[in-house]
Amino acid sequence: MRHASASERTDRRITWVIKAAGYSSIFFITLILIFLMREGLPALANVPLGDLFSTIWYPTEEYFGLLPLILGSLLVTIIATLVALPFGLCTAIFLSEVAPRWVREILKPLVEILAGLPSVVLGFIGILVLVPMLRRALGLATGLTAFTGAVLLGFIAIPTIVSIAEDALNSVPQGYRQAALAVGATRWQTIIGVTLPAARSGVLTAIMLGVGRALGETMAVMMVTGNAPVIPNLPAGIFLPVRTMTATIASEMGEVANGSEHYQVLFFIGIILFLFSLAINLTASWVSFRRAKRSERVLS
Amino acid sequence: MKTSTGFEPSALASAHRKQTLGFGLLTLVSALTVLPILAIVVYIIIQGAGAISWEFLTAMPSHGMREGGIFPAIFGTLLLTLFTALFSVPLGVAAGVYLAEYAKDNTATRAIRIAIINLAGVPSVVYGLFGLGLFVIFLNLGTSILAASLTLSIMTLPIIISTTEEALRTVPYSFRVVSISLGATRWQAIWRVVLPQALPGILTGVILGLERAAGETAPILFTGAAFFLPNLPNSLLDSTMALPYHIFVISTQIPGMPVQIQYGTVLVLLVFVLGMNLIATLIRSRARAKRQW
Repeated sequence: MRHASASERTDRRITWVIKAAGYSSIFFITLILIFLMREGLPALANVPLGDLFSTIWYPTEEYFGLLPLILGSLLVTIIATLVALPFGLCTAIFLSEVAPRWVREILKPLVEILAGLPSVVLGFIGILVLVPMLRRALGLATGLTAFTGAVLLGFIAIPTIVSIAEDALNSVPQGYRQAALAVGATRWQTIIGVTLPAARSGVLTAIMLGVGRALGETMAVMMVTGNAPVIPNLPAGIFLPVRTMTATIASEMGEVANGSEHYQVLFFIGIILFLFSLAINLTASWVSFRRAKRSERVLS
Repeated sequence: MKTSTGFEPSALASAHRKQTLGFGLLTLVSALTVLPILAIVVYIIIQGAGAISWEFLTAMPSHGMREGGIFPAIFGTLLLTLFTALFSVPLGVAAGVYLAEYAKDNTATRAIRIAIINLAGVPSVVYGLFGLGLFVIFLNLGTSILAASLTLSIMTLPIIISTTEEALRTVPYSFRVVSISLGATRWQAIWRVVLPQALPGILTGVILGLERAAGETAPILFTGAAFFLPNLPNSLLDSTMALPYHIFVISTQIPGMPVQIQYGTVLVLLVFVLGMNLIATLIRSRARAKRQW
């Protein structure tokens, strides 16, 4: 048998290193789950399950009811999605189907700037500009409300929705549009009747990832929602302070003793957030995977 | 009975009216989306510019952070970004190379892709918890620059991996075929031919990933960020002040904080982050203009 040359041996060693790096993502996502469970699952042994799903969060008195926090997160996320959706989708359609090239070249970098703005900067603007503005406009006792947080979060989720929805629209074959225009449809009818329906699974992915972005956002939402861990009383509760899961972890973890019950429950909230984002991302990738398969069929 | 073909003058006119209306609406909503972004940036520049001085950028804070400079926060953010790059760039680029050049289209590769998507979706505060559990407590690094950078680098990883893979895939297949036919090993072809061609794309992704790391607060909250330190950190095992956390502190935790210092600090972080964004954009557009294939 021929001996491998020095460069071939190096090649093989490097291949191993690169392969290991390739698999590192699986390693890290597993590691995250393991360490969340290691610190958070003892909460289930130390705090009765009924207490975890009670309605009072007052950890210094050992009330660990997660419901106000979960509902707070859901309320803020749902309103944020309702805010972000029309703006994000219209901007994506405008960028992909309507805007002339020079307008696109200006708008896209601006949307990228928003994606790059640190959430603490948006939270800061929220406190100094949005909070007083909404308080005056809506005549509220405090501007630190679920609604304020949702508006800010919706704004933060827009770049996610725009970029993914725009990709989806761009990937609709040009022939679809040409066929519609050729049979006499206007450009508007083509968008509504052909392009948008053809891109619907990508648009769905965009919405889901926007929801994920809003649900996981921490600093901005913590700075403007008022942080009151109460069960939101709808519909008036929209304009009252709430507390999200992310804000609870961020504001309380610094003050708890390592290994205490409170510490374990905060990690348990981390597990819930992790599972939420896992569910959202798995569904989103399943949807776009199915789209890839279908378009292969269509184009073959 | 009269049926509409959609081609009568009145139907055509109404279809065109609808189009004008629809396009007008799209334009309006897009403007409403984008204008606040511009307004925020301009507003921060106007409000914050007055606070910027040599002293503000280079001095230590004084009088309970209500006076003096923000040097330790700037220095801390530079350190954190640098060490995040040190950990995440080699690993992320190598993983991107694996996906673009080595991975077969099989179940294992699909599992890697799903892992990357999920890493990208994990909330930033959950990264903070993970860093606390693994680096601060289990590996006993304490709340330190090292623990915070390691946490940030895992968060940055998916961005670097995806952009590296994408950049490598734009390099034509023939580059590899020619290199190998000239006697190069697979790695030599990647290292000497393919990677240099993909470098601008990889660099763009790296910078965008680090931009995100530099601006994050939640992951460093319990892994390395300090409220206030009288001295600069001496080693990687010390905790550090950082711009994003400092902004949080001075805008929510300190009563009577002068507004101008707050805006000034925000402006410094904004320049830092948008500067990185600008560099990434420039690299990308220069590379596109220079590309010969």
